[in-house]
Amino acid sequence: MTDTPPKIALSGVKKRFGDKIVLDGLDLTVGRSESLVVIGGSGTGKSVMLKCILGLLRPESGSIMVDGEETVTKTRGEREAMLRKCGMLFQGAALFDSLTVWENVAFGLIQGRNMARAPAKHVALTKLAAVGLGPEVGELAPSELSGGMQKRVALARAIATEPEIIFFDEPTTGLDPIMADVINELIVKCVKDLGASALSITHDMASARKIADRIAMIYQGKIIWCGKRDDIDHSGNPYVDQFIHGRAEGPIKMQVLAL
Amino acid sequence: MDFLAAIGRAFLVFLEATGRLALFTARAVSHCFRPPIYAGLVGRQMIDIGYYSLPVVGLTALFTGMVLALQSYTGFARFQAEGAVATVVVLSITRELGPVLAGLMVAGRIGAAMAAEIGTMRVTEQIDALTTLATNPMKYLVAPRLVAGLAMLPLLVIVADIIGVFGGFLVAVYKLNFNPANYLSKTWEYLQVMDVVSGLVKAGVFGFFVALMGCYHGYHSRGGAEGVGTATTNAVVSASILILVSNYLITGMFFSK
Repeated sequence: MTDTPPKIALSGVKKRFGDKIVLDGLDLTVGRSESLVVIGGSGTGKSVMLKCILGLLRPESGSIMVDGEETVTKTRGEREAMLRKCGMLFQGAALFDSLTVWENVAFGLIQGRNMARAPAKHVALTKLAAVGLGPEVGELAPSELSGGMQKRVALARAIATEPEIIFFDEPTTGLDPIMADVINELIVKCVKDLGASALSITHDMASARKIADRIAMIYQGKIIWCGKRDDIDHSGNPYVDQFIHGRAEGPIKMQVLAL
Repeated sequence: MDFLAAIGRAFLVFLEATGRLALFTARAVSHCFRPPIYAGLVGRQMIDIGYYSLPVVGLTALFTGMVLALQSYTGFARFQAEGAVATVVVLSITRELGPVLAGLMVAGRIGAAMAAEIGTMRVTEQIDALTTLATNPMKYLVAPRLVAGLAMLPLLVIVADIIGVFGGFLVAVYKLNFNPANYLSKTWEYLQVMDVVSGLVKAGVFGFFVALMGCYHGYHSRGGAEGVGTATTNAVVSASILILVSNYLITGMFFSK
């Protein structure tokens, strides 16, 4: 019997910008059909980690395996094949202004998979319905939507190609608590329905508790704790305790100028 | 020593920028020839660059032709050479003013718009979103604009040439009392194919530079609204400088004997 490799495995990933070390030998694995949430403060390297996995940034060293295949050394063309397995929900939604809502949702089908526009529109409207948006929304421009609706459209776009892996970058940032919970519910539902693996980054603990099977905490470019969602309140890690309770006092020191 | 170090640093920054632009250009041009070709996007850009620039380019050419007729008449009248007005107007328009003014107007209208649009897409992560949707941004955003710029500016310049010559004709006939048939015959008499062809070659090069600078500065914009604003300014300024420098070089290639 052969061991099935994890869906995503990062080991020893290092990334720096100038003198600033952002990822400092980061190790992380995401299992199949597992939802892993990485928590951490602003500027700890969460978004850079996601961008390295997606190939938007190239790490200086380390290994990033997706389905057991090394991605760091892949060419752009080879990486496009890997990206066809992935969906991504961006923090600011990142909807294309020049396209209508349904064209945004269908983009990966039309451009990435050469599907004809008519069936792609049908799929897009189905996905919009899955995130609670009617077909009339499909004809609107992204600029005509509220922030919560834009996030829902972005979620519909992320799941439109029925990806095996979905990345969520701060999915609830900038939303009111009720809309944030709606988005969290949709994420859980969509990930479960697809049977996909999910990797999310957030500093919203309510969101992390809702969508995670496991939670990892990143600090100064390293994973300092990783465990089951229900274990986070008993992690025994002072950094994690300070973060999840949102205390100013603790081992994590914020660089705030004295007034 | 600090002075020398500053010069050295500036030179290295210049070399880095030149290298980055050369690599960007090579990648962008290579994507113009490799499938998939986004014909719909090329068509949309052609309409944006060609059709929607017609009013501004046409007006510029019309008044340029009119002023040229007026100025050359008042100048040539001093030594009784008014008969050369038609020839001066048509040669100036077709060889220089048509392509250069159309290029500069399109740089202001289209180069700025390209830099602002692509720059906004960059800072709002739309370009990253394209990549994650398995679509190459160079192929989807840059290549169609380069092809459209290269193809449409020569067509705009043909229109500008005709309107510019017509502007000169209007002033000459209705203000300066030239004989219309005589003016038209003088217009054709000294015009050669190479005069028009050189203008169209210039237009193709200018169109390519306008699109390239708009895409390059937009693609590399950073830092929100201010970064997009800077990219837009840089796109227009650099395209204008490239137009003026390449205009001299191409003129040298065609007409230096």
